[in-house]
Amino acid sequence: MPVKGAEKKTTQPVAGGVPTQRRLSQLPRQSIITGFRDDDQDFGNMPDLSDEALRPVRPDDQLKLTDAELNEEHTRILTARNPQAAENIVRFSYKDRTFKPIPQVDQLAVHFQLDGNLIHRDSEEGKRQLVRDIGEQALGEVETTPTKAAVTEGEPTTKEGEDEDEEKPKKPTGPAGKGKKLTNQFNFSERASQTYNNPCRDRETFVEQTPRSVFTDNVSQWSIFDAYNEDFDQQQKAKEKEHKKVAVKKDDERKKKFVVAEQTGDDMAKLARSKSASISLKILERMINQNTFDDIAQDFKYWEDAADEYREQEGSLLPLWIFQYDLTKKLACTNLAWNTRYTDLFAVSFGSYDFLKQSRGMFLIYSLKNPSFPENIFITDTGVMCLDFHPNHPNLLACGFYDGSVAVYNIADEYKRPKYQSTARNGKHTDPVWQVRWQKDDLDGNLNFYSISSDGRIVCWTLVKSDLMYIDVVQLKLEKPATEPDEGIPLATLGCGTCFDFNKQQDYLFIAGTEEGKIHKCSKSYNNQFLDTFDAHHMAVYAVRWNTFHPKIFISCSADWTVKIWDINFKDPLFVYDLGSAVGDVTWAPYSSTVFAACTADGKVYVFDLNVNKYEPLCEQIVVQKKRTKLTHIVFNQNFPIILVGDDRGNITSLKLSPNLRKKPKVKKGQEAPEGPEAENAKLDKILALIRDPDDTKNKSISAQQTSTVPATTS
Amino acid sequence: MAAEGGEAETQQKEESKRHTYPLVRTCDMNDELKTECMELCVTACEKFSQNNESAARMIKETMDKKFGPTWQCIVGEGFGYFIEHEVKSLLYMFFGGTTAIIVWKCA
Repeated sequence: MPVKGAEKKTTQPVAGGVPTQRRLSQLPRQSIITGFRDDDQDFGNMPDLSDEALRPVRPDDQLKLTDAELNEEHTRILTARNPQAAENIVRFSYKDRTFKPIPQVDQLAVHFQLDGNLIHRDSEEGKRQLVRDIGEQALGEVETTPTKAAVTEGEPTTKEGEDEDEEKPKKPTGPAGKGKKLTNQFNFSERASQTYNNPCRDRETFVEQTPRSVFTDNVSQWSIFDAYNEDFDQQQKAKEKEHKKVAVKKDDERKKKFVVAEQTGDDMAKLARSKSASISLKILERMINQNTFDDIAQDFKYWEDAADEYREQEGSLLPLWIFQYDLTKKLACTNLAWNTRYTDLFAVSFGSYDFLKQSRGMFLIYSLKNPSFPENIFITDTGVMCLDFHPNHPNLLACGFYDGSVAVYNIADEYKRPKYQSTARNGKHTDPVWQVRWQKDDLDGNLNFYSISSDGRIVCWTLVKSDLMYIDVVQLKLEKPATEPDEGIPLATLGCGTCFDFNKQQDYLFIAGTEEGKIHKCSKSYNNQFLDTFDAHHMAVYAVRWNTFHPKIFISCSADWTVKIWDINFKDPLFVYDLGSAVGDVTWAPYSSTVFAACTADGKVYVFDLNVNKYEPLCEQIVVQKKRTKLTHIVFNQNFPIILVGDDRGNITSLKLSPNLRKKPKVKKGQEAPEGPEAENAKLDKILALIRDPDDTKNKSISAQQTSTVPATTS
Repeated sequence: MAAEGGEAETQQKEESKRHTYPLVRTCDMNDELKTECMELCVTACEKFSQNNESAARMIKETMDKKFGPTWQCIVGEGFGYFIEHEVKSLLYMFFGGTTAIIVWKCA
């Protein structure tokens, strides 16, 4: 019975292979490992235990199985399925109206479950609790303060103690009113700060080493002794000197002062006056001038008017330097003369043509190299009306004055006094001297010159040693008037001479012009009589000039606005030009026998070339800046193609002639250009031949003829 | 003999008197610096007439205090020297007929 009873108790479905729930003592044997034999054989696996005490004891209610059953293999599969969970749960599906098995059955088997009591502080419950806690805290605080003294109370004290304990951890964590901060490993705060560090800046400097020097010596007893002795001696000497010094001091002081003053004053003045300095200064001045007037100097040398190629019968005058001097601004230029040897040197005389306004006069020596200041200045009492350089002695200058005297200057002299001067006793003229001219040395070798003046005399002056001797050469006698006085001796009245010129080839022959308009042909040998007279002009003749090359042709200009060219043998002028204004001066060109220039009172310069145009000037140009400046004199330079023009404002203008004005006649190819005076003469002759009528006899007559058959050309 | 000896003695005394004053051989300093330094040297030598080292110490230290660091000083009766000194900072003098003092400044 007990066996069966045991079987009953442990009845379990054998099918299915589900491991049965067996007794605890057997469970370990019939464990996970499959195919494990159990029951009796299992016992065999255990260590053989002979002791009966150690033998396993079969309980009575153990299931008794046959061997076959025991050997049966039960497969066990390990799955994650919950054995308790149902396998075939069905549910009624209303859609399908059938019972359907649920596809998945929840296999979750809860083995243990415990509910915790932590709540998140942000959840509703947590917040409610926090609020409640804070409220308790406040209450706790209020309570503690008044009740701190009363510590003996029981429950409240313990509660307070608890509250205090609660507070303590709370207080350090944060201020009341805000949310609590719990310092723990999950919720903590760090504090850090970074102070502001000032930026660093490097500074470097390099210091100069202090100056040092080396010192060396040897010192010993004897050197010390010697040094003291030396010093002692010096002191003695010094004492002696002092005694002497006191006495001498006073004298020295006086002398010193004088010497010092002289030295400082003299040095500079001496330096300036010394010859070498003056030369250097002169050169320096010229250099500065050259730099200042550099463009003019270049023009003077090189500029040729290119336009002249295109205009055959015209030329132009290029203004170069203007020579001015302060003191001559109110004076008129009365004469110009180039130096015979130094081609850049020229002399200008200044005076006044106005009868009423007579003041001092002067003449200046200018050089082209220094246009801003004259080289030499000579101031005279009266106006200088004319001057002339000696052809052989370039330092001798003869000049004639307004008061009638003549003088000879040596311009190289330092003293600005004339070497010779004519006086009232010495035959000076009674009227202004209008022209002076040097002549060749006389037979004795003395220098001599001629002068002509308004008092009607032409005088020859001779320089004899230190005296000036005069000889009346000619007296310009007027022709007898038509009406003769009935009584008395007819006195010969003298005309007024204004200009003269000596023939270059025949020295004794000269022509003189007068205020009455006549030109007289005279000879040095004949005192009283003229060789010939020309009724040249209606007004005063201002200038007469012989032609540079041709011995028989001369030119004259006058206040009656005309310029006339004459042949000495003919009474009538060959050419007459009307220039529209009083002609101050006319002069032949030194390089050509057919070129001449004239200057007029309206400030114009006319240049004619008979070879090119017989009737019209090649150039007619105003050369002065200010209007109403009369041009008084004009001269050509011997070497350079420039002319000088003086005006009545004291200025001298230099002008360069354009190529057309200094033409030489065109030459056929192959032939040599004929040069020299003969060629010039021939040139002029050719022109004259064209002018003159074949009927020459009438023109050659000496007696004056009113009617002229010569076709005198007028312009 | 005695008289001559006496004369010689007096002469010596005179000479020694002559040679006691401070004699400046070389001085590169400004005037005020020079006068102060001279006075200091004289004082030091009179105070420490037996001991050159103390005199030199006193001079050097006083100069450092007054005029800035790096002064050097030698006091003695017989020596040779070769030194480098800053310009305007040298004094070389004799004192007392037997002592030579040289003071200079050099870094």
